[in-house]
Amino acid sequence: MNRHLFDNRLNIARLLRWFYLICAALLLLDFIYHRHITHQIEAILGFYGLYGFVSCVVLVLAAKALRKFIMRSQSYYDSD
Amino acid sequence: MTPTELPPFLIFYLAAFALLLSRGWLRHAVLLLTPLVGFLNLLGTVHGMHWQITIFDYGLTPYRVDSLSLFFGYLFHLAAFIGIIYALHVRDTMQQVAALLYAGSALGAVFAGDLISLFVFWELLAVTSVFLIWARRTPQALAAGMRYLIIQITSGVLLLGGALFQVHHTGSIAFDYIGLTGVGSWLIFIAFGIKCAFPFVHNWLTDAYPEATPTGTVFLSAFTTKVAVYALARGFAGTEILVFIGALMTCFPIFYAVIENDLRRVLAYSMINQLGFMVCGIGIGTELALNGAISHAFNDVIFKGLLMMAMGAVLYRTGKINGSELGGLYKSMPKTTAFCLVGAASISAFPLFSGFVSKSMVMVAALEQGHDWIWLALLFASAGVFHHAGIKIPFFAFYAHDSGIRVKEAPTNMLIAMGLSALLCILVGAYPWALYRLLPFPLDYTPFDASHIIAQLQLLFFSALAFVWLKLSNIYPPELPSTNIDAEWIYRRFAPSLVRILTFAIHTIDSKVRNAAITLTQKLTRIIYQFHGPEGILARTWTTGSVALIAMVLFALILSITVWL
Repeated sequence: MNRHLFDNRLNIARLLRWFYLICAALLLLDFIYHRHITHQIEAILGFYGLYGFVSCVVLVLAAKALRKFIMRSQSYYDSD
Repeated sequence: MTPTELPPFLIFYLAAFALLLSRGWLRHAVLLLTPLVGFLNLLGTVHGMHWQITIFDYGLTPYRVDSLSLFFGYLFHLAAFIGIIYALHVRDTMQQVAALLYAGSALGAVFAGDLISLFVFWELLAVTSVFLIWARRTPQALAAGMRYLIIQITSGVLLLGGALFQVHHTGSIAFDYIGLTGVGSWLIFIAFGIKCAFPFVHNWLTDAYPEATPTGTVFLSAFTTKVAVYALARGFAGTEILVFIGALMTCFPIFYAVIENDLRRVLAYSMINQLGFMVCGIGIGTELALNGAISHAFNDVIFKGLLMMAMGAVLYRTGKINGSELGGLYKSMPKTTAFCLVGAASISAFPLFSGFVSKSMVMVAALEQGHDWIWLALLFASAGVFHHAGIKIPFFAFYAHDSGIRVKEAPTNMLIAMGLSALLCILVGAYPWALYRLLPFPLDYTPFDASHIIAQLQLLFFSALAFVWLKLSNIYPPELPSTNIDAEWIYRRFAPSLVRILTFAIHTIDSKVRNAAITLTQKLTRIIYQFHGPEGILARTWTTGSVALIAMVLFALILSITVWL
């Protein structure tokens, strides 16, 4: 059987390592490069990174909580 | 009417007819040549009203060419061409004819210069497209198609009503800037809003699109909602309420998209999110915002089409589309995976991919106009769209845990269509100026400046970081086979049960009233029987003497009363 790219766990670890590295580099860039800004809030160091991270965590946790209210069985509408 | 003034819809309608008379390679030729001929025809046109018909004293102008209609005209030809290649393996006359008629109707609608022509094509859009849903030929598709049709026709009826009010009000049937000024304009606004999937009237989209055939959804995702965006841009540019509606549209569907299992339904929710950016831009109404909204419509047709095609290919090959049943398909469908990743990068607005510039234009315009909160909402939605469309779609279909499904790669025609779209995503993304020359307003905007690119990359990479963290710590909600109720619950569950309860209440009251009436009648009959029955006092045979006596007593009584008075 063919072994594929992510069958090897080492490749996943490698991918993640590169990914973390890029994240760190992007964050550090804020200390070196001064983005020109339109709004005051953009001036906060790492604003975009923080906003993206927090947004997504809030999104997922809220969506997970939403399941309690809106999730029904797959056949919920079948009697229509 | 010279040949260069042939209305675009006519070419598609004639071709649809020609399909019925052809088969085999000839039919393929007709299908492929139609958008090409249409496109050449469009290249030859000049701005202006090209065709006028007078009906009941009203001058209809079904073929108006200006920069806005032309932009959508080019886009729809392109979308039709890609869609036709993608569906070339399909051997189903109904779908092929419906697809051409549908694309033709969309062209008819964007070139319509008056409200009556617009109404006609508006309804034709609904009637022709529903066959792409019904063509799936499952009970679910049949029911969803019927609901879709009812809602779409309602939108058309509102448009007609609004148009009549508007004609009465302004004396003109021309379809130009309308603005929210009276009953007619509101009716038209709601009609456009239904087709544009405004919140609470959006469920026809998430209900019907995932039920259509794998190829049908690709056509559906290109036309209906973009016609609505065009109509809003022409009729309601700068209408402030659209800013808020648009922002709401970008935000609420992403919560649904995160927990939705059917990956084509995830894309349907994601489509509402993208429409939100366009609606918001139209509401802001500055030249930059409108250019952003319109170019985003172009990009969305291509990248959402690409994602729909990738998911369609998965559905076509595996027969499955639920995230909970898929995974690991990168092993057997590597090319589809690669194309899907290009689509995912584009919808997420990665720099050098097509969504980046158009989405940024809308967001910069929001900031410039002082809509700070709206800007933050759009930023949240941008992070969210990467999360559900950029990561979730490719991850659960092609990676995640290996579902063990091994299939063939998608058919060649599907790969060509996806490849073409992917190429466009990268071309427009890396060299946006070619496209932006076609925009209705002159563009004074620097698409690639370092600040902007860094900000966007930070936003996206840290959104991805959130996904990685949530997934590795098992907080991320698993894909579950389920139905998530939405606004459709109002008309699929609440209204029917309300009708049931009301019917029950009316039935109960009705039967009680009837019973009471019957009992009363029975009692009365019994009393009457008592007096008049065979044994009743009034039914007895009286002697002449006693009758005379009674008569005399009565006479005396009456006499004495008369005298006394």
